[in-house]
Amino acid sequence: MNQFFLDLGQILQGEYADLIIQGIKTTLQLALFSWMIAMGLALALVTIRLTSVRTATLLVAGYVSYHRNVPTLVQLMLWYFGIASILPESMQLWLANFSTEFLFAVIALGLCQAAYFSEDIRSGLRAIPRGQSEAARALGMGYIRSMRYVILPQGIRNSLPSLLNHTVLLFKNTSLAMTIGVVELTYATREVENYTFLTFQSYFIATAAYLAFSLLLMALGAMLARRFEKVNAR
Amino acid sequence: MFDIFHILRDNWELFLLGQYPYGPLGGLVNTLILASLALVIAFPLSLLLTMARISPFRILRYPATVWVYVLRGVPLIMVIFWTYFLVPTLIGRNVSGFTTMLCTLVVYQSAYLCEIVRGGIQALPSGQYEASRALGLGYFRTTAWVILPQALYNSLPSLISQFISIIKETTLGYVINVQEMTFAANQVNNQLLTKPFQVFFILAITYYILCYGLTQLAQWFEHRIDKKRQGSVDIASVEQP
Repeated sequence: MNQFFLDLGQILQGEYADLIIQGIKTTLQLALFSWMIAMGLALALVTIRLTSVRTATLLVAGYVSYHRNVPTLVQLMLWYFGIASILPESMQLWLANFSTEFLFAVIALGLCQAAYFSEDIRSGLRAIPRGQSEAARALGMGYIRSMRYVILPQGIRNSLPSLLNHTVLLFKNTSLAMTIGVVELTYATREVENYTFLTFQSYFIATAAYLAFSLLLMALGAMLARRFEKVNAR
Repeated sequence: MFDIFHILRDNWELFLLGQYPYGPLGGLVNTLILASLALVIAFPLSLLLTMARISPFRILRYPATVWVYVLRGVPLIMVIFWTYFLVPTLIGRNVSGFTTMLCTLVVYQSAYLCEIVRGGIQALPSGQYEASRALGLGYFRTTAWVILPQALYNSLPSLISQFISIIKETTLGYVINVQEMTFAANQVNNQLLTKPFQVFFILAITYYILCYGLTQLAQWFEHRIDKKRQGSVDIASVEQP
């Protein structure tokens, strides 16, 4: 046991610590950027679905269905190996200026999670009784104002717990980016393990790091859920 | 786009069975075997875990809760690597990628299935439990004859959804070279080299058809269960004065 902690200390300083910290940074960046893409796109998807134009809603339904039924790893591979290869050559050259692994990982994870987020928001909105919007309209509010003051605040409150659950999923899914070579926490851990042969110690650190962030998000979700239950019970 | 049909014509056996007659079984069939085995083994484990998680004894409840939270808070890849190193150390000999992946999925899914079963049990009216205890059944008989049959029947759709998740999770076997469909697609891609989009498109579509079909099945079950529950409620309310 003592040896275990001595070895932990060995990993937690110098170049190995730098590698792991770099990994954590990249993981958080991946999560943050793809979260922003996912949220923006999800809001757009929900708005399109609410218009009830048949072709548009079918397209959105197809989008959601594809991203929910194809494994995220396959989506990542399709983007990184597949889509990248059919882009025009000039664009491929231009893309080579950036870190393409990171870019495609963010795109794939963001697009995938947008499908889940949009479903969360939609079911949150659907749970609001029709009377709410009718009452708001009857009070003389226009569509935009009734959305802004009556429907959306309640809808977002309804969907927050599941949005947070799926944020945890997004955070965990960033680990898939290692398969296309993004040096995030899992990849960095493997590197440290390769150099030091301290298998248990390096995976222990990574697991603890993942767990800390996930539990933080889960606790936040549980807290919000409890708080809203109280508000709704009133 | 016709490339897709050429690739399918030349490689369908690899996608479906891996190198089977000449090598280990792989491809879609192995994906399905892996997922089914994982569900079949993880399910009874998750029942025990649920019983521990809702039991009144702290000594059972706390470890089960920690187990569930830790596994749900860690990416699957991390669990795969832990299994990859821990299982050979524990049993003292090397194990195949398939076994490693199976152990991983069982461990990981036990936590998720536990929450599903727990949800199913908590959704039952507490009168069920009280009535059965009042009839003189003990804790174990109440659980086995009254609570679990109803709870499991109600959670059937979620179980199918979970099977879909497991199918999607088997793709991660790719990082430890498990011979399943994603692995097969990568083999095809490495042979062809020039058609990555087409190959991975075939892969995505195959998963889509498989999982979409199962989603529909889950929805069908959900409707059926809803109808059945609705039906029994109606009869009860008619009989009331």
